[in-house]
Amino acid sequence: MMAGGRGLGRRFLRLYLPLGFFLVAMLFPFYWMAITSIKPNRELYNPRIMPLIVHQPVLTHYVDLLDQTNFLTWTYNTLLVAVVTTVVSLVLGTMMAYPLARTNFPGAAIVAIGVAATYLVPQPLLFIPMSDIINRLDLGNTLSAVMLTYPTLLIPFCAWLLMGYFKSVPRELEEAARIDGASRFQAMVQIVLPLCTPGLLSAGIFAFTLAQNEFLYALIFLTKSDVRTVPVGAITELIRGDVFYWGQLMAAALLGSVPVAVIYSFFVDYYVAGLTAGSVKS
Amino acid sequence: MAVGPASVVGPARLAARTARRRGVLEREGVFSWLMLAPGVAFLLAFVAYPFFYGIFLSLQDRRVASPGVFVGLANFVTLAQDPIFWQVTRNTFVYTTVATLLKILGGLAMALVINQHFRGRNLARAFLLLPFIVPTVLSTVAWMWILDPTFSVINWTLLQTGLVTQTFSWLGNATLAMVSIIGVNTWRGVPFYGITLLAGLQTISPDLYEAAAIDGASVTQRFWYITLPVLKPVLIIVTMFSVIFTFSDFQLPYVLTHGGPANATHLFATWAFDIGMSAGQLGMGAAVALAMLPALSLLIVALTLYLRRE
Repeated sequence: MMAGGRGLGRRFLRLYLPLGFFLVAMLFPFYWMAITSIKPNRELYNPRIMPLIVHQPVLTHYVDLLDQTNFLTWTYNTLLVAVVTTVVSLVLGTMMAYPLARTNFPGAAIVAIGVAATYLVPQPLLFIPMSDIINRLDLGNTLSAVMLTYPTLLIPFCAWLLMGYFKSVPRELEEAARIDGASRFQAMVQIVLPLCTPGLLSAGIFAFTLAQNEFLYALIFLTKSDVRTVPVGAITELIRGDVFYWGQLMAAALLGSVPVAVIYSFFVDYYVAGLTAGSVKS
Repeated sequence: MAVGPASVVGPARLAARTARRRGVLEREGVFSWLMLAPGVAFLLAFVAYPFFYGIFLSLQDRRVASPGVFVGLANFVTLAQDPIFWQVTRNTFVYTTVATLLKILGGLAMALVINQHFRGRNLARAFLLLPFIVPTVLSTVAWMWILDPTFSVINWTLLQTGLVTQTFSWLGNATLAMVSIIGVNTWRGVPFYGITLLAGLQTISPDLYEAAAIDGASVTQRFWYITLPVLKPVLIIVTMFSVIFTFSDFQLPYVLTHGGPANATHLFATWAFDIGMSAGQLGMGAAVALAMLPALSLLIVALTLYLRRE
């Protein structure tokens, strides 16, 4: 219980006031996105109408978005690319993290440093040479172009995150399995990986989010409407020159955020674990 | 324990089979390198090779769809004499420095607020992290509309409250456009700092605070002598990490301002994109991107070493 009025006042100042401020500041843009997407144009473009609420909600922008653009195709492309690259990166990341975390071999230190460094190399450093490479491979305007390049961001991340989890499994478990006749590979798949399920989930969810967030490679490699992802489609086709289709843009932004938000809402704790694993020693 | 068929075979046969299987493949080095090979090969082909190919490109006069001509350091010399290059450099440093300071302060405040006990804490944490998980381009689109020259809700609010009589052109004025991209970057980054710092705060034992309080330490003293020292390693890692990706930011300024007005919000990444992709000068574009390298490599080396030490 609160210790009288003074305690309540202090609690208000130290907790509810700043908490309220942060919630409003962080969530207002999403509220704005949502109500803009259901405002009729006569409300959107009338500066004399109070803009903070919707007076007559309509779904025209959603209907137009689905009718007049390739939004469903973009969504399908985005999800397909995100799922494929997440799975590939998780598999290759696991294969890299396991020996780095659990065995001693010549060259281990160099590979570990290499993984950390590639994880930190930002895309803008590589996109121009990468565009030339993709051109020479003749992969322009194919989803393969992004499926091939996204893992450059995701594999080092997955490997780095999983190394921490793999290190936490006691060596004795693996040794016992090997004395029982299991090979190194069997010991990994049957003993260590099941114990690291939370780590694999964190890495997978995080990789999926990163893949959905990617924009630069998709913008460069995907210039035809039917291969675009949601962010690229929205930016290039709902903004034409000086004309902004605000209602549809907001509808696309909201719908485009749904897959990430749904996955996130189911696995918040794994997501947070993935986020903090790299920076907080457990 | 389920370790495959081997465990149901008799001991003698098991030993023989195991011995055979523990041939070459079971040697530590061989197993490790076989596992690493696909990933290492992929990263060499699609990170290391593009990196060095980028250096090679930057030494050429190379347009899209035509062969390159080796020009040595000419691209870099041209850049050094271009006032826009120096403007972009200044923009990038201003953007990174100011946004990082704001994110540290905001994130620290957010972490301290959520670290208190209250009902719905996990829910609040989940909602506060939303800006960081929603795809940047999509949330930036919402900000474009919030900062629209004619229909900005910020302008509307300011006018209604009577604080101003004239509206602001948030994305049309050079200074305000920089303020805007810094503001949106901060909005997106504060939750990242907040949630990771919160995880750091939660490792501090309450006993420590109690003991300090009994010894007569004030709230401020407890913050300076307990909270900050414990948070320091987390804060260093999170900040270096965030600085790398703020310094090389592309999505946000590209969508919000396209580097405008008059290059006022061009960062290295967006300018490199304009030159390399929009204008098709691959060599010059690669040179602009490489201009990030000195600062970036310092940060990457420092952070890599720091992470290894941990």
